[in-house]
Amino acid sequence: MTVQTKPSAARVRVRRYSGSARINHWIVAISFVLLLLSGLSLFHPFFYPLTGLFGGGSTTRMLHPWIGLILAAGFLGLFLRFLPQNLPESTDFVWLARLRHVLTANDQYLPEVGKYNAGQKFVFWSQFILIGTLLATGIGLWPQGLAFAESLFGFKVTIEQQRWAALIHSSAAVLAIAIWIVHVYAAIWVRGTIGAMTRGTVTGGWGWRHHRKWLRKELDNGSVEKAH
Amino acid sequence: MYPPIANPTTEPAASRFGEKDVIRRSASTVTPPAERQTEVAKLIDVSKCIGCKACQTACLEWNERHEEVGVNVGVYDNPHDLTPNSWTLMRYTEWENPDTGNLEWLIRKDGCMHCEDPGCLKACPAPGAIVQYSNGIVDFVKENCIGCGYCVKGCPFNIPRISQAEHKAYKCTLCSDRVAVGQGPACQKACPTQAIVFGPKEDMKKWADERIKDLKSRGFENAGLYDPPGVGGTHVMYVLHHADKPHLYADLPDNPTISPVVEMWKGISKYAGMALLGLTAAAGVIHYVLEGPNRVSEEDERNADRLAGGKS
Repeated sequence: MTVQTKPSAARVRVRRYSGSARINHWIVAISFVLLLLSGLSLFHPFFYPLTGLFGGGSTTRMLHPWIGLILAAGFLGLFLRFLPQNLPESTDFVWLARLRHVLTANDQYLPEVGKYNAGQKFVFWSQFILIGTLLATGIGLWPQGLAFAESLFGFKVTIEQQRWAALIHSSAAVLAIAIWIVHVYAAIWVRGTIGAMTRGTVTGGWGWRHHRKWLRKELDNGSVEKAH
Repeated sequence: MYPPIANPTTEPAASRFGEKDVIRRSASTVTPPAERQTEVAKLIDVSKCIGCKACQTACLEWNERHEEVGVNVGVYDNPHDLTPNSWTLMRYTEWENPDTGNLEWLIRKDGCMHCEDPGCLKACPAPGAIVQYSNGIVDFVKENCIGCGYCVKGCPFNIPRISQAEHKAYKCTLCSDRVAVGQGPACQKACPTQAIVFGPKEDMKKWADERIKDLKSRGFENAGLYDPPGVGGTHVMYVLHHADKPHLYADLPDNPTISPVVEMWKGISKYAGMALLGLTAAAGVIHYVLEGPNRVSEEDERNADRLAGGKS
């Protein structure tokens, strides 16, 4: 068992997320979980009892699209905020080619990465595409929202198109949830990560181990907090 | 003339079918009853319909629904489409028969067909919101309906309508409450020409055969019964003078089936989706068991401190 790092006077913490970025992420995280619960309950009868969490089937049906709009707006915020750090780089391909070492935590064989590694960038871009798809098809499945959109933009969605919307919506949701499981698992597996989400900071050692290029840049900028 | 259904007694009567006769229940598995009741059917003889709309009125009256006052746009169809209140609708088509040069007025009473394989029930996510009884009636159960509109996507005939006031789905019940006490549907009772008859499905088919023979003798050589096999047959059937071209009758589908997209949505996507989510979660657990947590080492922290020390 690894010895727990003890805080010493020299220990540094590095700021990873601002307060507004964390609030933004919490909005997305909470709405995603609520959508997952309400969506699964309408996806498979096995999960239908989950509608009880929302006050029954009718309220689940009513709330789901509105929470979806919150998620879409919240995710757009994260997307614009983190877009510059998620553009692909040449090291991403090296990192992906050595995925075996990523999974076995042999970080010494991995290239130095910036704020996000290729896996995180994959989550970022795939969720961007999937949430966009879920928004578009979700409106197609939402009788009230669809009627509003149809009157606003002057088109008519056929029943056959609504059937496709249902199939695509459920398929995209399954993929988004699967990627979310990977995202959550990675945050748990890589110890010291949750602090970035809750307090906004990580230890210097975490930065050194997982995002060394980012750590160097942050230290150059002087955004270091001494631990107490 | 088909023998009329006798009026009921004024004494209270037990329901002839109920929960124990359910053969399909939305989003649930049911043990089908050991014995199936006699399948019933409503036979609509399009050739005998005079388009009086007595059936529409009887339907509103019996089911205590009220239609909004509409707008005349120069066609007989009133209202313009099925609504959450109007569960049946006369659809009028003017068709010039190229063989005879006659202008034919084709009038079809639209409404739920009570499919043997109901697409609405297959699509419905709410347990027990749609049930099918062993006599063939497909009924919506209001208390369980959540108003999601999936039934609209499942239906091959575009029948269910969602009330935007109540957020519930509505369609023809085949007057299940009347049938339960041995009566025919309200529309059938009101029809002045016996264009609508109701009874056991086998009897209805036999009666239809007589009607088809009669129509053929009058020159409608393609007269036939509409009981589409793509949905396992229906418990509302039509006698059509042009059974080779059902689409003439206000776009009645020639060969209705549950859309393959709906079959995929309610079939493979459900199972593949659940499997993918389960496997992803399992992969996480297995990885954690094999690898353990990925911890930051003391050396990492010292390296970071050194880097920070060098910079500040």
